[in-house]
Amino acid sequence: MTTLAGFRLRMLFTVLIALVLTVLPLPTWLDVLRPAFLVLTVLYWSINAPRAAGIGLGFLCGLMLDVFQGPVLGEHALALAVIAYIAVREHQRIRSKPAFQQSLLVFAALIVYELVVFAIDGWTGHPVTSPLRWLHTLSGAILWPPAAALLSYSEGRLA
Amino acid sequence: MTAFGTAAGRPLQGRGGSPGFRFTLYALVAVVVMYLDQRAHYLERVRYLLQGAVYPVQVAVNSPPTAWRWLKESFQTREQLRAENARLRERQRDLELLAMRYDALARENGELRGLRDALPSVADRWLPAEIVNVQLNSLRQRLLVNRGATNGVFKGQAVLDDRGLIGQTTHVGPWSAEVILITDPEHAVPVRIERTGLRTIAVGGGDGSSLALPYLPSNADVRSGDLLVTSGLGGVFPEGYPVARVTEVHRDAVQPLAQVRALALSHIDSDAEVMLVWFRPGHPAAPAPSLNGAGDLPRGNSAMQPLEVSAHRAAAPEATAPAVPAVPSAPPRRARSASPAPAAAAPAPAPADTVHATESPPPAATPPADAPAQPQGEP
Repeated sequence: MTTLAGFRLRMLFTVLIALVLTVLPLPTWLDVLRPAFLVLTVLYWSINAPRAAGIGLGFLCGLMLDVFQGPVLGEHALALAVIAYIAVREHQRIRSKPAFQQSLLVFAALIVYELVVFAIDGWTGHPVTSPLRWLHTLSGAILWPPAAALLSYSEGRLA
Repeated sequence: MTAFGTAAGRPLQGRGGSPGFRFTLYALVAVVVMYLDQRAHYLERVRYLLQGAVYPVQVAVNSPPTAWRWLKESFQTREQLRAENARLRERQRDLELLAMRYDALARENGELRGLRDALPSVADRWLPAEIVNVQLNSLRQRLLVNRGATNGVFKGQAVLDDRGLIGQTTHVGPWSAEVILITDPEHAVPVRIERTGLRTIAVGGGDGSSLALPYLPSNADVRSGDLLVTSGLGGVFPEGYPVARVTEVHRDAVQPLAQVRALALSHIDSDAEVMLVWFRPGHPAAPAPSLNGAGDLPRGNSAMQPLEVSAHRAAAPEATAPAVPAVPSAPPRRARSASPAPAAAAPAPAPADTVHATESPPPAATPPADAPAQPQGEP
């Protein structure tokens, strides 16, 4: 990587693409399966560049998600800050794992994320108890290896 | 290598504190922001600006479908356009014939009802809006339309299409507004069954087209095919706009409530445009308020008025009055007819007009407080 500023610019570019994928209109049956692209991106950068990204990035991305689809501002921001913090703390352990185990850890992180969002949804009076809301954690975990490969490719090629 | 995991946080210290410290900071900020947004509504302005900031992303995301639609339209043949033109012209002629009768009917209806201020409000102004983005999953059913505060759109505005109700605006940005659909599980719309006049609430079913009526008792008169229209209660949607048609009524002997489902009339999946509507409270058919002069309201048949006894009882009929959509008309009438009773201290006017008036002389000496009990005890 060249400079921290240049690196951050590339990081923001991937974040923007993930955001577009998150709000892209999809057919209903596919929409339930849509992985949380932005959450995966934040996880990737928190694990692989904890110094440049980390909790601040998670917070900002969460705030953007809140504007798009949150009932209250700060909901996704808190959830993403939580899992970014876990990822930054444990980044060395996660990075050293093979892809399959990483997927399992990402699955756990996505569950934590959805749990926080679910709890805040309930507290603020927007309870959605449909089991379908947990489906994206599974598709996100399955998507993690290719997504991580793609993100690392962009990182390596541009560096 | 995982043996050194306990020291993982250490190399990151130095810039902006340890991860734990920064996390605590951000979490605190998030919680404060949530509190301000949820409880105090201080952040409407911030939300407004943020919604303006993310609008370009939403437009960019929606550009492929828009481009495809434009492409499809621009490659239509002359014959297709001509056929469509003929069809639209025919439809416009039919609608104009209907509209000709509409004004007269609305006026006649207003006179027949004689309710003065109690007439439903009417649509005053329409603004077509293009759908920029659609979220249709089982958890959230929202639209983003390309009209915002700069077009005069406000929060809680009714949104319709040509077939029925679509929803209402929830967040308004400078150039865009978010619309929550009536089929969203978080949305409930007060409705009336058109056939019977029974009022209830329709809650979104969460699958993009259906609604549920969860508060109808199992002996309620509702059957498949009934039309649901807005009841006008709640103040967001005016009265009488079609919402949904009942498709399924399920009565279970052990359940106190019937399970009723209805299909929304609006076609959100095929619409490219929706209508934002402004409503005017004053109905054009309602007669002018100062028609009788000096604000003297007609009393109607006095035998059918409820007994009004004294000042401290005068508030009670107002509370138990039937829930007529236009509440404003009721209080002034009660206040005016109730006030003479305690002020005059002479015969209370209400019992004198009733059926008891023939068998009992006007109770001149009795205080108005026990006026209603008096005629029944005397003979």
